[in-house]
Amino acid sequence: MKILLFLIVLLPSLAFAQMVTRDGVTLTQAQETRAEAIGDQLRCLVCQNESIEGSSATLAQQLRVIIRQQVIAGASDKSIMAYMVQRYGIFVLLKPPFSPLTWLLYASPFLALGFGVLFAWLARRVRTAAPAPLTDAEQERLRKLLT
Amino acid sequence: MTGRRRLLFAAPLAVVAVGGVGFYTLLRRMEENKYDPHALPSPLIGHKPPAFSLPGINGARGFASTDIAQPARPMLVNWFASWCIPCAQEAGMLYQIAQTGVPIWGIAYQDKPEAIENYLGQYGNPFTRLATDASGLTAINWGVYGVPETYLIDKSGIVRWRWAGAITDDVLQNGLNPLLAQYS
Repeated sequence: MKILLFLIVLLPSLAFAQMVTRDGVTLTQAQETRAEAIGDQLRCLVCQNESIEGSSATLAQQLRVIIRQQVIAGASDKSIMAYMVQRYGIFVLLKPPFSPLTWLLYASPFLALGFGVLFAWLARRVRTAAPAPLTDAEQERLRKLLT
Repeated sequence: MTGRRRLLFAAPLAVVAVGGVGFYTLLRRMEENKYDPHALPSPLIGHKPPAFSLPGINGARGFASTDIAQPARPMLVNWFASWCIPCAQEAGMLYQIAQTGVPIWGIAYQDKPEAIENYLGQYGNPFTRLATDASGLTAINWGVYGVPETYLIDKSGIVRWRWAGAITDDVLQNGLNPLLAQYS
């Protein structure tokens, strides 16, 4: 019984063992995992092909801190994304939403496929069309050539 | 029949030609500084800047969002830093704009008071008012992603234009001046 009580008293320290510190913010491993998942979907505005998680730019580091503070405060993924989009526009999203601005981007593979099919179909029709029959004069010439 | 065959040959060539002209135009415009693929449209355009209140340097008065809510004439807010090379490059340009009577309010981004004073001493001070954003958190609220950035604010306090990067003569003539005339 005493041992069990002792273990129960020790339980909170287990939670501390799970704490991690990133960019000066201390949070639980679960919160950190969530923050990383959010940061992975956001573009660093300074090094534009890197995610906020992967960039060493000062701005990316500041945004990582903001994400972690909001995660600790209990903000939803959606509201953190909205915070970023409000400031930097949809360009900050590495996977932009389908919108009047981006539909052509999303449609381009299907458009390319459509053009390809159309092109192949046209090409096939050219190939399969039978040649016109020979005229009488050509028949005569062919006969002469073959004999 | 030969017409269709010709079309089949011409179509890929046409695609390549159109693509080539497109890329050539893009690259030429980049070379002439008329197109910057890294430049982003600011979501702040058409809106008032977010609420802020920033101190000046060494205890001097800075300014707040309420100070630029209804300027008497269109004004510029210029984000700069003493450690930023393009800022020094546009310093002369800002001075020239200020000479024409356009108020330019400066915000020093992530900078130290001594460094700001040295910088303004060396490159001239075109600013009507000066504030400092040492933490850079107000800059994040504005959507600033680098320095220099210049915002045009009209008489009703609404952001009409944002330029990321140094203001060149071309940017002034073709970007800023027409808008200054439009909103004054």
